[in-house]
Amino acid sequence: MSVIEETIQPGVNIHPIDKLLRADRLPHILCPGCGIGTVIHGYAHAIAASGLDEDQHVCVSGIGCSGRAAGYVNVDSYHSTHGRALPFALGIAVHKPELNVTVISGDGDLTAIGGNHLIHAARRNVNLNVICINNFNYGMTGGQVGPTTPIGAKGTTAPQGAVEQPFNLPYLAKATGAIFVARWTILHVREFQDAVLRSMQKKGFCFIEVLAPCPTSFGRANKIGDGAHEVEIYRERCRVENGATNLEELDIDLIDESKSITVGNFVDVEREPFLA
Amino acid sequence: MGTNAVAAKPQADQESRIRTGNHFMLGDHACAEGALAADLDFFAGYPITPSTEIAEHLARRLPALGGRFVQMEDELGSMAAIIGASAAGARSLTATSGPGFSLMMENIGLAAMMEIPCVVADVQRASPSTGLPTMVGQSDILQARWGSHGDYGIIAYCPASPQECFDLTVRAFNAADQYRVPVFIMMDEVIGHMTERVIIPAANDLPMSHRKGPRTAPGGEPFFSFAPDEDLVPPIAHAGEGYKVHMTGLTHDERGYPALDPETHDKLINRLVDKIRLNASDIVMYDEIGVDDADTIVISFGCTARSARHAVNQARDERMKCGLLRLITVWPFPETRIRELIKRGNVKRFIVPEVNLGQLRREVERLTDLPVLRLNHAGGTMPVPDAILELIRS
Repeated sequence: MSVIEETIQPGVNIHPIDKLLRADRLPHILCPGCGIGTVIHGYAHAIAASGLDEDQHVCVSGIGCSGRAAGYVNVDSYHSTHGRALPFALGIAVHKPELNVTVISGDGDLTAIGGNHLIHAARRNVNLNVICINNFNYGMTGGQVGPTTPIGAKGTTAPQGAVEQPFNLPYLAKATGAIFVARWTILHVREFQDAVLRSMQKKGFCFIEVLAPCPTSFGRANKIGDGAHEVEIYRERCRVENGATNLEELDIDLIDESKSITVGNFVDVEREPFLA
Repeated sequence: MGTNAVAAKPQADQESRIRTGNHFMLGDHACAEGALAADLDFFAGYPITPSTEIAEHLARRLPALGGRFVQMEDELGSMAAIIGASAAGARSLTATSGPGFSLMMENIGLAAMMEIPCVVADVQRASPSTGLPTMVGQSDILQARWGSHGDYGIIAYCPASPQECFDLTVRAFNAADQYRVPVFIMMDEVIGHMTERVIIPAANDLPMSHRKGPRTAPGGEPFFSFAPDEDLVPPIAHAGEGYKVHMTGLTHDERGYPALDPETHDKLINRLVDKIRLNASDIVMYDEIGVDDADTIVISFGCTARSARHAVNQARDERMKCGLLRLITVWPFPETRIRELIKRGNVKRFIVPEVNLGQLRREVERLTDLPVLRLNHAGGTMPVPDAILELIRS
């Protein structure tokens, strides 16, 4: 009997993806309004839809709030060091190519301290599904700016607003060789799940950026309000453009209300995977 | 149930995997051959002098045997990759030198904390920083023990010949699996770039051990990846075996779940140290010449031990009561043996020659009030026998 079945109240039905979550680890550490739970939910649904035995799925994460995702999914899961989720996952994927390895981590983990591993994993076309949760800041350490913070947005280490050009992650992923590139938000639950599922079906390096609110740190510092308010921004300003080719123009400006945020599945090509 | 970490290789592979016979072989290549003989599955590394020949040799040999060779983008990634591969059941290796070893420290701590077996060959060169890239050093010895932040136990072997590069690499894989720890082969440029006779035994004569696997089938009761047996080492389950393991570098309970409290931390970290400390008598290896009646004992390791052996033999020919304690494991440090030698009462002094400014001498001084004479060079060259002999005569 699983932990879920032991702890569930009599007469209450078990949710179909409950078995894919580690209920014995609840409650989770995430803040109210945080988008990471929705990402974990989407990943779990994609596992269920993948048709693969759950024992064929492996989740690896780095450090940070998003890095805690691996701790809540009930598959073989590894919470590695800051920035090193990708090379750790490479070791698993290359040694056991039959496994479906997904990396869930944050924008700081994957693109700052882990940026070198990101471009090389994409270049090699390592058979990994990468879910990069972009909340535009370092949440766990209290809201510092990072390489995805839009110019002008505030963080504790940029009290006057960020001045550095942020990464445009879909453009970066495409340029470095990813065979599947998407950007969604946690508002786009179905589209995100489908993108994760598509990644699981493809052999090679798949990269999904998913925008998620961090109301405690980023939202508060930038007067966005709670998580629902940031999701409202996604609803108002997101423009779906599957297959968009002008990825170099898809910078995100959360602050300027006149600018849209382009989301969609942008790249879906085939290329020889790395030692898969 | 009880899955072995090392999958059975086809018989045809076994034959070419182990090059049984007499060879005239480079130390770096002997290390690579030792890894292959120990059923290496996965190598990840980054080119660095004077270890590169290990990677180059494995790039030729490993893929042909069904293993995986990956040249990574840096040593941070190399170390992470071999831990990941090992988490999926691979016997995994990386090879480096001082600057790369420094970068690996981050994930060496992860391997210690997740208790994932792995082997790192560090072919030491003169350091710090870029130092003398092509010249010998023995100055990573303390880094091997203490280099990553925090307390943890590790094992480090110091080969003094290409033959030992082979033998100790085989042993390193067994020890890594047996104790679920990172194990270091602390070579040096002289040994790595020395060509000498290497005898590779037949497969049946190679000591091989495997990881302890779960004793229950997957899908039943939750498997506790960090519940130790009496030897303080927990059985391990790998990715894809169905046990739904969770491993983290955070302080964790026996299930593997984060448990961020001082009591859990103290218990876990003490066990990580004790599983090596309390098993030291099974791990420690050394080699001795004439220590029984010696009033002067030279303690040495790696390339320097070759000079020391020559000097001690010559001193004994001159009827001086001199002995050699050659450390084959530097970590755990053979302190029980050194204490025994001191207790006999014959010993009046120790001499510790090394290619660093006294890293291991400090360990010896910790155990005794007797004089511990130094003979050091910062690197680029090694103490010659005459210099050691002169000190013995003094």
